[in-house]
Order: sequence, then structure tokens, then C-alpha cells
Amino acid sequence: MNLLRKNDLIMLAFGIVLFAVLQGLISTKIIGSFWELNLIIIGINVIMSVSLNLINGYTGQFSLGHAGFMAVGAYVGVVLTTFFKLPFIVALAAGALAAGFLGFLIGLPTLRLRGDYLAIATLGLGEIIRIVIMNIDYVGGAAGFQGITHYTNFAWVFIIMLITLFVIKNFINSSHGRACIAIRENEIAAEAMGINTTKYKVMAFTMGAAFAGIAGGLFAHNFYIISPSSFTFLSSFNYLIMVVMGGMGSITGSIAGAFVVTFISAALANWPEFRMIIYALVLILLMFYRPQGLFGYMEITNMGIFRRILKRGRE
Amino acid sequence: MSEALLRADKASIVFGGLKAVSDFNLYINRGELVGLIGPNGAGKTTAFNLITGVYQPTSGDIMFDGRSIAGKKPYEITQAGIARTFQNIRLFSELSVLDNVKIAYHSHVKYGLMETFARVGRYFKEEKEIEDEAMRLLKIFKLEDKADEQAKNLPYGAQRRLEIARALAAKPKLLLLDEPAAGMNPQETKELMEMISWIRKEFGLTVLLIEHDMSLVMGICERIYVLEYGIIIAKGTPAEIQQDPEVIRAYLGGEA
Repeated sequence: MNLLRKNDLIMLAFGIVLFAVLQGLISTKIIGSFWELNLIIIGINVIMSVSLNLINGYTGQFSLGHAGFMAVGAYVGVVLTTFFKLPFIVALAAGALAAGFLGFLIGLPTLRLRGDYLAIATLGLGEIIRIVIMNIDYVGGAAGFQGITHYTNFAWVFIIMLITLFVIKNFINSSHGRACIAIRENEIAAEAMGINTTKYKVMAFTMGAAFAGIAGGLFAHNFYIISPSSFTFLSSFNYLIMVVMGGMGSITGSIAGAFVVTFISAALANWPEFRMIIYALVLILLMFYRPQGLFGYMEITNMGIFRRILKRGRE
Repeated sequence: MSEALLRADKASIVFGGLKAVSDFNLYINRGELVGLIGPNGAGKTTAFNLITGVYQPTSGDIMFDGRSIAGKKPYEITQAGIARTFQNIRLFSELSVLDNVKIAYHSHVKYGLMETFARVGRYFKEEKEIEDEAMRLLKIFKLEDKADEQAKNLPYGAQRRLEIARALAAKPKLLLLDEPAAGMNPQETKELMEMISWIRKEFGLTVLLIEHDMSLVMGICERIYVLEYGIIIAKGTPAEIQQDPEVIRAYLGGEA
């Protein structure tokens, strides 16, 4: 128990130091605008992959429609800030609520499906969301939504990412989170142990969707224009790659996955034709040599290195 | 208390045209240890699945602790106080032994989602209690030094014991054991028998068990029901069952 609290404090301190360093480098222009943008994208992708991991990795419900929830958060957010002139934070919260509510509505019927059937259903629903948005002229239709105020900056993304990580980590390490993991491991046994499996599947799906909504709000306010084409199933797939690469069932893994994938895309921005080849190669090699992902079920706070540092600190 | 803890009243289930279990009548008084035996395919596990809500009875009723549980979902029945083990072990195999047990405390946790997110209020106190109680259970089942191991890496007998420990963590009034000694050697079976008798006293449990191992059934059960082709063909004390011509016919074949 003490160890748990100590881990939290160390991680929080590490987060603050990292933030201070990066923010300092951005303010002094040592990190230029290209890499600043990429840091922001990494942060948003971390929120996306960790929230998707909650559904796919921890609860074991294979969802392929995560970009759809991101789109809901993005569009609700920009409508509120642009048309209603509401503050950014209110727009983010409303986007999260809207995406979470939609996740709840969609989750209730679809989570009865298993495995590939659920994957196909969520894939379809993600596309439905995008196509519905494309046909609403109020938000610009296929041409996209224009005239967005640029609210998102590195500080917003980093702080919200930290909050997301702490909330999801705390959820996972509780009886509620254990209920979700039990569903992944053996649904019949979970039910026999007194776990309302439907409730926890829908809960994980709703939470994941809500955080995707927040990420959508951050994403949208980082540009002056957003369009439905940013939220195709290819981007859902991209988040899935981050989760699988990092390890289904590891928050550390999702962070690493988001970082690696975003970094590879950014580093290869000038050679877009090589990007997909390298992506595919990395994935194939990973599946050969480490099918459980970079981190598997491990968290950095459980690893030998971290424990050793902790012990040395005490001496 | 004169009223039985569990009473099945003409519970039947039909799969297509097949009556898997029909007119299943059974009662278990508080504190009893009752056995359910029968040849392979007699419907013993189906009867368990009826009681635990995996299947809904096609007709008839099942009363537990004075309330009908027919038609309730498995998790509701567990919360009402019936926990079970599985014939084909169903552990959370990728998780640690300790986590397997901790999961089963789920329905007794009082802290809510907000307390979970913010880690305030009852969270730390209850998590500590869960961990302590889980370790205590593991100790009873001699698994405490394996607490951090993955459940799938345990030897077979230890996995069976872990299933019982996990079922007990749900704090049941009635424990259903589906072939707890399957695949165990005579020595392990003997230890298991002692353990079942001991936990029954220690936790004030009522136990219903399915078993093929006759030494175990005859050794510890107070009453026995015999099932064949989904029908109860005999019931009584172990001594009566051993003499029952119907039972001898069912097990050995030939004319009774």
C-alpha cells in the first residue's frame, strides 16, 4: 500500500520534471515548431492508445471504432468553442461526455458480440459516425469545419494526458479494474465470481470512449480546420497498432507504443512511401519475436530496474 | 432452522428434444455436506449449471435461502451466496495466484468509482483488507508462497485448490464443488477430503459436491443423490446408497 502511494508520487514527480524540461525547451525554441507539434500529437496519441487499451487490452473486447469517438469529441468541442464561444475546458468536458454517452449507447447492444463479430460491428459504427458527420452541413460536411481557434498547446495536452494516465491506472488497480481483467481472462469464471460482466464491459467501453472524446477535443483545437477524413478506420487502426505494439494490458506499453509509432511517422515524414513499409516490417518482426508486445502485461513500476532505483533512493 | 438452504423443486431443462435433467428434486439443509454422483453424462454438471444460473430451468423452481433463484443471472446467484468450482478448471490463468483470489472479493467491495479514480476514502483500507484476507485464504490452501506466480504455472492439484480458495473468497453460504478430486492421486485426494471437512467447519459452509472418486464421496458426504439419464434414481446415506440395487445396476450394468 505504501509502495503504491510512493510509486504514484515518483511518477508524478517524474511527470512534472519531464513537463518542465520539455516546456522549457519549447519556450526557448530549442524544440522547433515541427517537433513541438509532434510532442502534442504524441500526447494525444497516448490518451487514445491508453483508453483503447482499457477496452481492447484490459477488458479484452476488440474494438476497432476508436477514431469515431474521437470524432464526436472533436466536433462537439469545436462547435461549442466556435459557435457558442464557450471556454476550451467546457468544450473538452462536453466532448468527453458526448463521446462517453455514445459509447454507452453503442456498447450496450454491441458488447453482446464476441471476438471478430464485435470488431466488425465497432468498425462499422466508427464509419457510421464519420459518415453522419460528413453529411451534417452545420459542421461543414465533407469539406471540414473551418475557423477553429487554436487553443491546444503542449501544456494542455501534457496535463490532460497525466490525468488520463492516473485515472486509468487507478481504475485498473481496483476491484473494478480487476473485474474487467477477469472478463478478459475467462468470462464464465468472472460471472461465477459475482461480476456483472455486461456492466463492466459497458463501463470500460464508455470510459474508453470518453477519453477518446477528450483526445478528439485536443486534436481539433490544434488545427484551424478539421475534416471527417481525419477519423477514418485507418486512424482507428493506427491506435490499435500502438496498443498491440506496446502490449495489450500495459499502460507503460501504450505510452511506448504511441511514442514509437508517432516518432516513426514523424521521422519518416519526408519519405511517406517508406513509412508504411517500415511500419509493416516493425509489426511483422514484433509478432515474430515478441507477440505479447514490447511490454506484455508489465508496467514500468513493477520492473526490477524501477524497484532497484526505489531501494537505492531509500538508502 | 427447519427450512432447507437449497431446494430444487421439479427443476427440468430441455435442450432441443433432449431432457438433460428432469424433475430434479433436491434439498440441502444448512451445514450439510451432500454428494451428487452418477455415471458419465448423467447430467450432474448440468444440474450444477441449473443451480448457478448458467442455464435457466425450462420448468420447475430452485429456492435458495428462502428466495427463488430460477432465472437469475450467474453473478446475481453468486452475490446471493452460492459459489462454485469448475470441472474443467477455469482459473484466470494469466493472472497471479493472488489476483485470482482478489477478484472474487468483487461483490463485497464498497468503494465506488469516484473513490477509485481519486484514490480517496475507503479505497486503501478496503484494498488492504482484500489483500490480507486473500493471503489468509492462500495460506489455508498452502499456496501463500506461490502468490505471485501465474496461475497457469501451478501444478494441477494446486490449481484445483486455488479454484476452491477463489470460490471461498466470494464468501458463499453454499459451496458447489464440481469434481474437486479429478486428476488427483490418492494422497492428494485424502488431503483434499480433510481440507473440505475443515473448511466446512471453519467457514460454516454448506457443501454440495460432484465426484467420481467413491472413497471421497463415501468418506465425507452425509447424504448422497444418484443421478442417471437426468433423473434421480436414489438418495440416502452412503451406507444406503452402497446397498441400493438401482445404483449398482447404473454403475455396473446388468439386470437389477
